[in-house]
Amino acid sequence: MELSFYLVQLLNAVQYGFLLFLVASGLTLLFGIMGIINLAHGSFYMVGAYLAYWLTDLTGSFWLAILLGLPIALMVGYLVERFAISFLYQRDHLYQVLLTFALILVFNELQQILWGTDVHGVVIPEILAGSIPLTDNQSYPIYRLFISAACIAIACGMYWVIQKTRLGMMIRAGASNREMVQALGIDVNRLFAFVFSLGVALAAFAGMLAAPVDSVYPGMGENVLIISFVVVVIGGTGSIKGTFVGAMLIGLVSTFGKVLLPEMASIMVYALMAVILLWRPHGLFGRAA
Amino acid sequence: MSEKNRQGITRRDFIVQGTVATAGLAAASILVPAPFAIGAQAKVKVGILLPYTGTYAKLGTNIRNAMMMRFAEAGNMLGGRPIEFVDIDSEAKPAKAQQLTEKLIKRENVDFLVGPVHSVVGMAMVKMARGAGPITVIPNAGADQLTGVLCAPNVFRTSFSSYQMGYPGGPAMIEDGHKRVVLMYWNYGFGKQVAAAFKKSFVPAGGTIVKEIPTPFPKVDFQAYLTELAALKPDAVYTFYAGGGAVKFVKDFAAAGLKDSIKLYGAGFLTEGLGAAQGDAAEGVRTILHYADSLENPVNQRFRTAFKAATGSDADVYAVQGYDAGELILHGMNAVKGDTGARAEMIRAMETAEIDSPRGKLRFSASHNPIHDIYLREVVKGENRVVRVAAKAQDDPATGCSM
Repeated sequence: MELSFYLVQLLNAVQYGFLLFLVASGLTLLFGIMGIINLAHGSFYMVGAYLAYWLTDLTGSFWLAILLGLPIALMVGYLVERFAISFLYQRDHLYQVLLTFALILVFNELQQILWGTDVHGVVIPEILAGSIPLTDNQSYPIYRLFISAACIAIACGMYWVIQKTRLGMMIRAGASNREMVQALGIDVNRLFAFVFSLGVALAAFAGMLAAPVDSVYPGMGENVLIISFVVVVIGGTGSIKGTFVGAMLIGLVSTFGKVLLPEMASIMVYALMAVILLWRPHGLFGRAA
Repeated sequence: MSEKNRQGITRRDFIVQGTVATAGLAAASILVPAPFAIGAQAKVKVGILLPYTGTYAKLGTNIRNAMMMRFAEAGNMLGGRPIEFVDIDSEAKPAKAQQLTEKLIKRENVDFLVGPVHSVVGMAMVKMARGAGPITVIPNAGADQLTGVLCAPNVFRTSFSSYQMGYPGGPAMIEDGHKRVVLMYWNYGFGKQVAAAFKKSFVPAGGTIVKEIPTPFPKVDFQAYLTELAALKPDAVYTFYAGGGAVKFVKDFAAAGLKDSIKLYGAGFLTEGLGAAQGDAAEGVRTILHYADSLENPVNQRFRTAFKAATGSDADVYAVQGYDAGELILHGMNAVKGDTGARAEMIRAMETAEIDSPRGKLRFSASHNPIHDIYLREVVKGENRVVRVAAKAQDDPATGCSM
């Protein structure tokens, strides 16, 4: 194989890394920053994809679907936080695991009732439908580049909000010592409800953006759930930079694993996680609690 | 067969059945289990183990609805006896297969067992049911072993074996002029068997396998493999992908610009029932299957109209297999006038059945696997149209079967 082959694979790897970060971004906020174990992350991703499919069908425009879908996702997040998650902040993590696992079942049933069991697809919006020729017989879809751009925007936005703004400071403080922040006069309940909604909206947004390149089908969330946790754990909880590096690392290892060691392709990512956790038990950029 | 085991209905069964009822299926009323058996005729118990959630949800739903439709056409009577259904969601999870099958056989004491979709679930199910278990009809799972090593007098299949899926593909592609071919498939039992059967006919016919690219199941990140495929520059690629994975593969393949230089072929699942989701990306894709939407026989036309009217969705090969499962059970029960005790006669009637299926003529081999025509189809305007018959009365070698 010549050099151009490996360059295209490198592009694939980086692009896959971006997609992984996008998919894991909502989980980074909830699990990585706030410490909530959210197994329903994949369900919110699925809700986003179905919203994109449904609203595109209704309105005829993918962009309008995102515009309408995001407030719906925020509202879903807010309701889930108010009526379920908010009762569990004081309790053991196991309760969150049980509750969010139950949410997976609830969302799966709701999805079946609302949208049935068909496999659906979303058409790529016209301005992004083209592709760029790469080699003599392969070309690269512009929409995939757009996903990368959206991912960079989200990564920068999250980093800026969490590290540089007053809101981010409150979030980080609230996550590490809830009572103290409350004593200082900050309405922690409102803050957490807001952040949780935001995390859900991010997961849904990832689902919406991925819908045109993926297919929309029942149970699609379960496929992204595990890889999202792997990304966050490798990067180290509490670090957006870590999540980003983790996603890129997995993108590289997974893509070149498939090319160079095809028999091992499906376990490479988990082997990488095991090695990193042996070397740095808190992940690449995680701090010991 | 007593009614005292009836409490074993779970919340999920109830919800699934409720969903169907609201979907307006004509036969909805029979789905709600009767709490008490009143009347002289004891009910025939039909246990159903199909996936209603997850990737294969659509397949399970279509199989079940089509079978129910066949029973409803016969007045919901099997050999003069009313039917009682015990319907369980298999979730297509091999880990749960044994426990759920046990529930149907031991606790519910079903007379008939229908299922599953997933081959690995099928292996666990047939291992328990073969021999003394209920009469079992497999409406999808394709593992060769089910009517091979594991074959048994009481086990029937109305779908296909992996061999029948892969073997006719080789000569069909040679005839289309493609000699250098790459194989891509989901790397699990069924995918491997389909690929092996394809090679068995393709290589002796003068074809060359440029490379085999097994991809992890059920992962759908194909980008790296597509780049490899592009670099190999074969005439064509033969694939096995299904459901959500098939949609993704066909779209990714088209988006990578490979449609112009490499012809895409596959086992029929690649485009079956997925037209709306795949859109233009599927145009021109050729697949090999024992059914096509456009088959021009009166049974198919009537079946498609009735299925659409009853369920609101279009029929596909899975619905056909479910419909034929219902037909086969009816055939057996009518032959013995509802006497489930006359097991040997019923089995004889079932194995000699000649069914006018929507797919065409359907007979059964000595190992109870279907013998049917296989079609080469091409997607034209979102529809799987027949190009030609790829194999007439395709049988299965039933390797390892002694019965």
